[in-house]
Amino acid sequence: MPITHPNLHLTKLAGAIHAWSGEIKHDDLQPICQNVQDGGGRLVALWGSDARPVGAASAANSNRQQAGSYEKISQEQSGFMLHIALVNEKGLICLSVPLPAEQPIYPDISRIFPVANRMQRAAYDLLGIYAHEGHDHRKWLRHGAWHGGSFPLRKDFDAVLSRTDEPGAYPFVSVEGQGVHEIAVGPVHAGIIEPGHFRFSVVGEKTLRLEERFGYTHKGIEKRFESMSLQQGAKLAGRVSGDSTVAYAWAYAMAAEGIAAVTPPDRTLWLRALFLERERIANHLGDLGYLGNDVALTFGFAQFWILKEQVLRNNAALFGHRYLMDRIIPGGVTMDLAESGQRTLFEECAMLEREVRVLRGIYEEHAGVQDRFIGAGRVEPKLAARLGLCGLAGRASSQAWDARVQFPCAPYDKLDVQMATYRNGDVAARVIVRFDELFESLRLQREILANLAHGDILSAPLEKLPAHGFGVGMVEGWRGEVLVAIHTDAQGKLARVHPHDPSWQNWPVLEHAVVGNIVPDFPLINKSFNLSYSGQDL
Amino acid sequence: MYQLLKQIFKTGIKTESPPQPDETMRVQPQRLQEEILRVLDSALNIRHVDAGSCNGCELEIHAVNNAYYNIEGMGIKFVASPRHADMLLVTGPVSRHMVTALKRTFDATPEPKLVVAIGDCACDGGIFSPDGGGESYASCGRVANVIPVGVAVSGCPPTPTAILQGILTAISTRK
Repeated sequence: MPITHPNLHLTKLAGAIHAWSGEIKHDDLQPICQNVQDGGGRLVALWGSDARPVGAASAANSNRQQAGSYEKISQEQSGFMLHIALVNEKGLICLSVPLPAEQPIYPDISRIFPVANRMQRAAYDLLGIYAHEGHDHRKWLRHGAWHGGSFPLRKDFDAVLSRTDEPGAYPFVSVEGQGVHEIAVGPVHAGIIEPGHFRFSVVGEKTLRLEERFGYTHKGIEKRFESMSLQQGAKLAGRVSGDSTVAYAWAYAMAAEGIAAVTPPDRTLWLRALFLERERIANHLGDLGYLGNDVALTFGFAQFWILKEQVLRNNAALFGHRYLMDRIIPGGVTMDLAESGQRTLFEECAMLEREVRVLRGIYEEHAGVQDRFIGAGRVEPKLAARLGLCGLAGRASSQAWDARVQFPCAPYDKLDVQMATYRNGDVAARVIVRFDELFESLRLQREILANLAHGDILSAPLEKLPAHGFGVGMVEGWRGEVLVAIHTDAQGKLARVHPHDPSWQNWPVLEHAVVGNIVPDFPLINKSFNLSYSGQDL
Repeated sequence: MYQLLKQIFKTGIKTESPPQPDETMRVQPQRLQEEILRVLDSALNIRHVDAGSCNGCELEIHAVNNAYYNIEGMGIKFVASPRHADMLLVTGPVSRHMVTALKRTFDATPEPKLVVAIGDCACDGGIFSPDGGGESYASCGRVANVIPVGVAVSGCPPTPTAILQGILTAISTRK
């Protein structure tokens, strides 16, 4: 068992990922979270679901003011469910907490895991479940498109009646003092990037505080899943954050296959890993180019983007899509790799290794580049651990988490992935980790190509899932761990799908990373994290 | 420095010839005079607005700037403010939270302004909107539901070639 607690009974979940699930009472939520945190564990995701019996769901709209004493409730009477996914060195722990329909409140866990803050606020905006005694209750994903008392993820949500156009005012924390002024940036930014708002409080050029305001690209992804079939859902999962389409599609398929207790054929799994590493290669190449560009070395952009384009073109030629969208479906993959294609990829590996080695040398010896990279946007390992920084950025600040290493599901159990970690936590460290991971992914791609199992690429495609199922998939995408949870209803349809992006963890850390840096370094620091807006706005 | 110059020399010129305009992408008749189009043809400024996309289209708009497609080589560049722009390149279904920002960006762009919608979501709402172009509690669907669109480029995401084609169609002199 990954954790022990007298009131906790965990059962192992079927599926590729090392995961357990269990139901707990809300009084046990904080002690169990504390227990996991004390043991070095982290919070991966937090979401809620509407479990009220169909038809009897109406009375509970907006009554958070009445939040008083916790009532003991039994499972049958439950109204809403709070779900959290925790991770420690043993694996993933998914806990569910039943909440009464009339008073869906639960004890705040953001004091234990600061990263829970925005997730708790989002869970309130979308479902109306409320973190009791939390210290921050500002809205997060809701701006002004629907009424505060209506909750889109409730089954009885009326999209027409809840429409409104109230201005999306938001109480930013203001910094006062002599010479302090604010710079408001966005939602429409100066570059080709996604929309979000940044509020800088500065003195001269120095940043005293940064506060983020997101939710601009909230397009109702989670609600959309609920009207979709399993196969349509796979396409949508691949578009939660376009740059991580493979990671999401795989996590979704993993969750569905877990519920159905189906294991896809061997060759499928090897091809999925190939796709995932190619996604990592393409994104790291692109980021390394832009990081050069942001310190005025346009040479870097030109060179790395030539390499990235070649990877994308090989993707299109061999797999029919430049970003490999919709290549992974529940039950298998939709594209096989011919032997001639294998040769193309071996040649590509050799070319990339050669070229990237030259470019790395140029970056490392370029005084101007290193002057901008070193020391910028530093996140100390201690702060990174406290805030739950994960993925690539986490590994650049000594947070040694990589799902491919710690919880290797096939075929990673045969690949012996070498984790890249660094402890400086600055832009330079995130660049180094990208280079190291790029070379490691190229090595993995060779290994995968050499060991690609023979056989089918698709078991019977998954059409339908069993009723009242719960499954979870977690994949180490290029940015960090991507998690998808699926709950099915009495007919086996998608009752609730929650995709979780590592950007939830890392965006709040960016607010800390820029403190004390000059404003013109913000684009560079931001790019060195390269986080997803769409992935967290949903 | 030697390594850098050597690498530039070794890489050579990768730029490919640009695609021809494609009139089937046009959804609104060309309303600009030929002389204006001739001016824009040699120096066009674009402001990109993500109105709620999944960031897939952004990846391809970035790619249009790479050495193979080399959009700047044609005198077309992306600018930081709508006030400097001749054209808006809009991606995504328009999320309700982006309506105000998109309208203000459109209003801030000086006449004559061209709007090119990029990607399936911008064309018809895509996968995020129920039943093609449909709206939801969080999305207004296609871009044309919010601001007038001249040229629409479909694809999920559209290839860099298709994006270039859309941009060139918007400034082509053929009606």
